[in-house]
This record gives sequence, structure tokens and C-alpha cells, in this order.
Amino acid sequence: MEIKTTAVAGTLESSDIQIMISKGTNGIDIDLESEVKKTYGDQIKKVITDTLKAYGLENVKVKATDKGALDCVIKARTLAAAQRATETSDKPDLEVL
Amino acid sequence: MENNVKRQLPDDLMNELNLKPYETTDIGHPEEQRVAPKVRVTTGQDKVVDSLEQVIKDNLKDGMTISFHHHFRNGDFAFNKVMDLIIKLGYKDLTLAPSSLTGVMNDKIIEAIKKGVITNITSSGMRGSLGDFVSHGGLKNPVIFRSHGNRARSIEEGEIKIDVAFLGVPISDPAGNANGQEGDAVFGSLGYALMDAQYANKVVLLTDNIVPYPNTPASIKQDQVDYIVKVDKIGDPDKIGSGATRFTKDPKELKIAQMVNQVIVNSPYFKEGFSFQTGSGGAALAVTRYLRQAMIDKGITASFAVGGITKPTTDLLEEGLVRKVMDVQDFDKGAAASMAKNRNQQEIDASWYADPHNKGAVVNNLDVSILSALQIDTDFNVNVMTGSDGVIRGAVGGHQDSAAGAKMTIITAPLVRGRNATVVPSVETVVTPGSSIDVLVTERGIAINPARQDLIEAFKNVPGLQILDIKDLQKMAEKQVGVPKKLEYTDRTVALVEYRDGTVIDAIKEIKD
Repeated sequence: MEIKTTAVAGTLESSDIQIMISKGTNGIDIDLESEVKKTYGDQIKKVITDTLKAYGLENVKVKATDKGALDCVIKARTLAAAQRATETSDKPDLEVL
Repeated sequence: MENNVKRQLPDDLMNELNLKPYETTDIGHPEEQRVAPKVRVTTGQDKVVDSLEQVIKDNLKDGMTISFHHHFRNGDFAFNKVMDLIIKLGYKDLTLAPSSLTGVMNDKIIEAIKKGVITNITSSGMRGSLGDFVSHGGLKNPVIFRSHGNRARSIEEGEIKIDVAFLGVPISDPAGNANGQEGDAVFGSLGYALMDAQYANKVVLLTDNIVPYPNTPASIKQDQVDYIVKVDKIGDPDKIGSGATRFTKDPKELKIAQMVNQVIVNSPYFKEGFSFQTGSGGAALAVTRYLRQAMIDKGITASFAVGGITKPTTDLLEEGLVRKVMDVQDFDKGAAASMAKNRNQQEIDASWYADPHNKGAVVNNLDVSILSALQIDTDFNVNVMTGSDGVIRGAVGGHQDSAAGAKMTIITAPLVRGRNATVVPSVETVVTPGSSIDVLVTERGIAINPARQDLIEAFKNVPGLQILDIKDLQKMAEKQVGVPKKLEYTDRTVALVEYRDGTVIDAIKEIKD
């Protein structure tokens, strides 16, 4: 899977997370901003990393602005951003979903 | 050493400050010697002065204790005016002992700490940048957090010796007869400041409104006051309290409020002449609305409501559903304005309200108290002081006092806030011990302290009240948000939280970032 464009999914509303994805060179590199970074930062990064890898993405720059989202929300927003960045929104990988 | 709610306390500090670990909510019948202030005798003819700076120079020395009240809340102009001069004059090693601290004071306090002007603080709480600053080790000596009742006790027993109290008021006469009910910056009850007026060695009033002698009703009395400083503007009326109180539309809060109402109405305490305390949160205000309807339906009136008072409560007073309001502070304009026109809205000082070491405080006459929580754990211990990130962002307020006094103490809390669980295995900071908490109400169900079998019995057949084990509520929360990584702290103690009797219930450590 190849990143063709920079893409965003999610909002800055509470309990949501905004994920911005762009082309990277050095694995999955996540810049996370979150009020629960100390307690849930590792878990948030893990969900994003696992989701991207499952979508077949290895080199990605991620900017994540978290407002207290639960794991299911983080996964959904990451997937949406990945689909938009790879321009596959119209033919989503159902295996991953 | 470990105290009775299993909290580790720093031995060196405990010994140095001569403090004892918390043991029990039971106060017993100790005999306590109270202290009295020094009085500089005068006939009181020349109290009104122009220069605040001169008053400070004449009365304040390095190492002294100064105090303020927080009744102006975020509309306070008095604090920064005084602190500006104290910083400018280069004072050192002062102890700051206000009734509490509001956000508008934060920047000035941080400046004073950095310049060595303030080296000790005792308060009900702190929030925002100051809480952050202290949690990151900005103040060398630990902050001592005390409840409103405990502050009253500490002042009476000389643990807090106030050298100079600077008290802003919206009205005073030239002799110092003052209240909080008339003028531009009205805040209603002067409850917390009355302790300072009675026990400080020097009492300095600041006001923008000096009226002809005598000014009544006099909450602060002329025989207590040394100086009256005329200032341009003592406070911003729009920031003292929220204007019209709006009822919450949040379905979660409404559900919690409905369940709290069910708990109260089905408790053995809901009968003619019952009494209650509610806070100012969204759910608490909605409770008042449901309770009003229940009282009308059942033809029941309350003997009194106490606490931080809001307009929904004074509305009940005007409707005749509540006979008296025992008022230590007002949270909104409506409640503040009501005090001037309702003689059944009685101003009470902090000792009368909540002091554990007197001959009986109002909280001891309470049937039902409805309180909030940042966190509550499976032992029912409540944290209202530190956030889920371990940073100071709250206040003890009257939480410990009201919980200890009321026959039934109800904690209202959503199961989770954002990604943070509210019901947790162990709270970050114990403020109020679980043994004084009876019922937890969340949107997912209620939990009853196992020590209260009578309440379990009373509520078990109430339709719509799902009774759960608090451990199950904790697991539900954890399932939703996951298990958080443990917060990391350094060994340094940045604050000690006292229980209302002056023993130490928990220590707050410097947060590691």
C-alpha cells in the first residue's frame, strides 16, 4: 500500500481523535498530543501502529491530536485517514475492516 | 508511616511539622484550648486610609502570615492589588493562608513564590497554572490543604496564626461594619472571611464603597477592624459567579440527577423537616429541580439547606419548600442577591458551618449531602484534589466536613470522563475517607457502602435503581477505557492533605514528566 497524499480524519471534539497521515521514510513515526498521554499514550500509539500495519503501511508520519478517544474511535479514525491517504476510500480493504 | 486509609506518608515531614496520620472520622470529645488575637486598642476614629502601601509597611514583617477570602471568586481585585505591593516592597518568607485560591490569583502567586515572597501556602485548593506549578515542584515547602471546617479549627486552635488579613468587601462604613450584600461587587455571604475578621491580629478591609456610619447588617464588625482602605474597584461583579443558572441538558447528568432523587426520596430521611446540601455542578442543580417536584408531590418541606448556595436553592426558600438556608458562601448572583432580601437566608461562618472542634456545626444536623468526585475508589475513598494526570486541580472545600456530618452522603459521578475512569481501584489522592461515604450514583447504577446494610435494604426494591457492587462499576469503567499506565512521581512531597481534625490523610508527590 502506498501513501499518495496527506490526509486527515477525525475532529478536535472531546472523546474524538484527529489523525493526520503523510508519507514517511522511517517506519511509523507518531507525534501524539493528548491529555491522557501519561496514562494512555503507549496504548494510543499501539492502536495507531497496529491499524496502519494491518492496512499494509510501513513508513508513515502520523500527527495525532487526541481528545480522550476510546480505542475503537482511534482505530476508526486511523483507518479513515489511511484510506484517504492511499486514495482507497472507494475500495476499502474489507479484510482489515 | 502508613495511615488508616493505607496511604504512605513521608516520615521526615510528618515529624518536622509535628503531624499525625489520619485514623478515624470519629472526632470524640477532646477539650481544645482556643487562641485569641492581639488587639491594638483604638477609639476607631481614623481607620479610613488612602495608602494601602503605608498600611502594609506599618503592619507586615518578613515571615508573617497573611490571609484573604475567596468570596469574589474570579472577580477578585483585592488579592492582586495587595500582592503587587507586597512583592514591590520586597517582603520575604510569607505564609499565604487564604480560605481558598481562585484562578485570577494564580499568576501573582507564582511570581511571589519565584521571588521568595511566599514560601508557605495553606489553602482549601488550587487550580490551573498554580496547581501545575506546585505539582511540578515549584514551591519548596509542601502546601497544606485543609477543608473549610478544618481551616476554621486550625485558626481557632492557633495552627494558622494570621498576622494580617486583607479582606475585600463591597460595602463598609468608616468604622468597619461591613457585609457582602450591598454595593457593586455583591457576593452574599462572607462566611469564610468571618474567621479571619475574628482571629487575625490585624484586619484590613478593602472596599470601593464607604457609606455613612453605622452600616447594617454588619457581618464583619467595627470592633474587629483596624483599617479601611478605599480602592477604585474591589471586584468585577460579572466574574464573581455565573449569572442565571442554566439547567443541564446533558442526558448523562440528568440520568444521574434522577437517580439521586430516587435515592433521596426512598431513603428513611425524606420526611417532613429533612435537610440537605447540594453543590454547584450540573447534576447537583438538576437534583434540586427533581427534589422540588418530589417535595410538592409528597407535601414535604425541608427544615434547611446548607452549603455553597445557588439560585435554585433560594428559589425553594422563596417557594416555602425550604424553611431556612444556612449560607456560608454563594455560587451565583441570584443566591447572593437573595441574602439581602430573605431574612431566612442565614449567613454562617466557617466554624458554625463545618468545624469539627466546636460544640456542634451545621453539618452535624444534616440528613442528606450530595457531593461530587474527580475519582472514587472501590473502598469509597474520594479524590477531589488531583486529576487523573496526578496534577493538583481541585479543592477540599467542605467535602470532608459535609460527608462526615450528614446521615447519608451521596457521591455523584459519571462512570468515565473522556478516557479517564472516575470509579477506580485506588484514587490518586484520598481526600474524603470512604467510611464517611454512603452511596455512589453513576449513570450505570448505584453502589452502596457495605457498612450501610439499612440503605441496601431500603433501596433494593426501588424500580429504576440498579444496585451494583462498586467493584463491578470499577470493572465496567475499566472495560470502556482500558487499564491506564501508572503515573510516575518523584520522592518529593509537594502537598499534604489534612483530614478535618488536622491529621494527615494523604501526601501529594511531585509529578514526573
